[in-house]
Amino acid sequence: MNGLNVKFGMRDNFLDGLMPVSKLLEYADINETKAVIDARGLKHKELNDLLRESLQHGVSRIVINNVFGQRYIGTRLYDPGREKVTIEINNFPGNDLGAFLNGHRIIVHGNAQDGVGNTMDAGEIIVHGRAGDVAAMSMRGGRIFIRDNVGYRAAIHMKEYRDKVPVLVIGGTAQDFLGEYMAGGILILLGLTLQENDLHRANYIGTGMHGGVIYLRGHVEQHQLGREVGIRPLDEKDKEIIRNYVVEYCRHFDANPEEILQGPFIKLLPVSKRPYGKIYAY
Amino acid sequence: MYSYLLPEFTVKRLEDRCIRCRVCERQCANQVHEYDGELDRLFTTEEACVGCQRCVVLCPTNALHVQPRTADYRPNCSWTRDKLQNLKKQAETGGVVLTGSGNDRPYRIYWDHLVLNASQVTNPSIDPLREPMELKTFLGKKPDTLQVTYDNDGLPRLESGLHPNVPISTPLVFSAMSLGAISYPAYKSLATAAREFGTLFNTGEGGLPAHMREEFGVSAIVQCASGRFGVDPEYLNSARIIEIKIGQGAKPGIGGHLPGEKVSADIARTRMIPQGTDALSPAPQHDIYSIEDLSMLIYALKETTNYEKPVSVKIAAVHNVAAIASGIVRAGADIVAIDGIRGGTGAAPLATRDNVGIPMELALAAVDKRLRDEGIRHKCSILAAGGIRCSTDAIKAIALGADAVYIGTAALVAMGCTLCHKCYTGKCNWGICTQNPYLTKRLNPEIATRKLVNLLKSWSHEIQELLGGMGINAIESLRGNRDHLRGVGLEAWELDVLGVKGAGE
Repeated sequence: MNGLNVKFGMRDNFLDGLMPVSKLLEYADINETKAVIDARGLKHKELNDLLRESLQHGVSRIVINNVFGQRYIGTRLYDPGREKVTIEINNFPGNDLGAFLNGHRIIVHGNAQDGVGNTMDAGEIIVHGRAGDVAAMSMRGGRIFIRDNVGYRAAIHMKEYRDKVPVLVIGGTAQDFLGEYMAGGILILLGLTLQENDLHRANYIGTGMHGGVIYLRGHVEQHQLGREVGIRPLDEKDKEIIRNYVVEYCRHFDANPEEILQGPFIKLLPVSKRPYGKIYAY
Repeated sequence: MYSYLLPEFTVKRLEDRCIRCRVCERQCANQVHEYDGELDRLFTTEEACVGCQRCVVLCPTNALHVQPRTADYRPNCSWTRDKLQNLKKQAETGGVVLTGSGNDRPYRIYWDHLVLNASQVTNPSIDPLREPMELKTFLGKKPDTLQVTYDNDGLPRLESGLHPNVPISTPLVFSAMSLGAISYPAYKSLATAAREFGTLFNTGEGGLPAHMREEFGVSAIVQCASGRFGVDPEYLNSARIIEIKIGQGAKPGIGGHLPGEKVSADIARTRMIPQGTDALSPAPQHDIYSIEDLSMLIYALKETTNYEKPVSVKIAAVHNVAAIASGIVRAGADIVAIDGIRGGTGAAPLATRDNVGIPMELALAAVDKRLRDEGIRHKCSILAAGGIRCSTDAIKAIALGADAVYIGTAALVAMGCTLCHKCYTGKCNWGICTQNPYLTKRLNPEIATRKLVNLLKSWSHEIQELLGGMGINAIESLRGNRDHLRGVGLEAWELDVLGVKGAGE
């Protein structure tokens, strides 16, 4: 309550009672190349204030410890004149990790929540764990590697333009509406958390998809796919793409690429660039 | 072309006036007119005519008349001509009937039932030609209190923190029309006019071309909508205000499809999608399923722009609009934009455009009242949109509680639009709502800019005159000031929702 004329009370969970940056600096150890931040008890904005402060000190690496659910890590680091930084997060970032991310690199040693890489523009996010819903939503560039499973609607409305092609690699499986409305980009689902012969968890895969490609390792039934996608065999170019990203996945998470590459892989492509072109009377 | 459909317009050509210059033939993208060289005559295909009047006004000898042809079927108040024609179209295609522009159904237009006050005897009216008359408006969240301290020299110092606010020279803002829906010259004209006049234009969800960001960013409201087309940190940071588009008055609750044939090379680059693909905007934003989620996106956008820009949330006026608006303010929005049932569109299903949502006047009054009751009205600015036709609609909206109004259709009409409602066909003969280069070059951005600036100028002056008549010298004093409104011909419940007394009361 602000003690004024607000009848039902209105507390701003984001902006009320923030510490000034001068005080926040006690939570950080910033030297010339590296910043170490203790995020315990810090609010979303306070932590991001410190991240921006670190960036402006010209560090190239930021380590954040004791992260418990703080949102938007990496979002306020749009500063075209500066070098991109690497952010290491221990352990559990909150929603919208790397939303609108602008070329920085984020490594998470723990699980991520909803909205990882929301509308991300460029950069890299590597999650040593799982991620929640709408991972890589509307992503338009850069790469995201998730070691384990993801939640609902991963890669929804991912899009590409010429050489700006976003990539999402998921080590495990996904929930429903994977790749919904997908308009571009590459989505690779490796199914490593499934038992052999298990089906992937998602239904409505690629529903409304009209661009991009999904590579899927493991098994799905036809009924799990949206009407707008078709299964296609892999050609040599596809195999090369898969090999490149699987090797990179294994480098991040210390797995054996040859074992993973044995497959089986399928490719899902949209049936039409214009799935809803014929539903109108003019 | 459909079979057995009656033409909607009659095209009359006065043969004795026609000089066979063939202007009509060249100007009509619908190919209504066709010249036969052997007979030296122009023939017309009336079925294709949309009634845009382009050929009529460009005919050098006034030889053409295009008139609606409405009463062909047996007159019937229930089964009107529109209903019959649409049934026939649906029977032939199995499709959803599309339309463009704003709702043309005879829902009550409350502006026409509200009258303004003027000063007589008990307080003096003001002449804006000779006395100061302030139209400047600040969009954004206002502080709860202003705390001022004085230093040792007695100089005042503002203690309270202020939120980002954007000043506009007049309470008129061009509403969201995306590049893709409208042509580049039309888009550029809106941007140029807004910058010149000191107000804002809204990019819609089609992005802001990179080459325009430096010059026009200062006058831009950029949208972040469900398709997230062309949304990158540079786009967001180049703008003055960021608007989260939840809904649109012409089509509440549904998304949008920009058909692939409209996605040209330039549109593709601005939206960052491949040329020729459908640009699909999902119905919801899939990261927003609740007020809490909305709050998450509001602050994601504030984070991206370093808390330097107000964030607006645009919703369609629907049944529970007041409660929703309260939630939006509590979620952290600096501006709430409300788009009423008469708001325009480039394309929408007819069923939705004509039947979904509520009139903006009622929604606006309800929202303003609710926010006041809850003591949070100062935490946001309200932008009212949807069917503002003239300066008096605008000033009445401000008296009902708006900070400023969005004008869309009025701006299009200023540029040449004649409301033929065929925006969705991409064949706009006026070069406004099309991507066909042959048609878009008809719209000269310099001339269109002048017309838009003139529109803002004349409305602003009219608003000043009306304010002066009421004895008010600043638009701020009129905001939410319902004492200056009275209802005529309204029912008790309508007066109650509007918070306005009946005339004579």
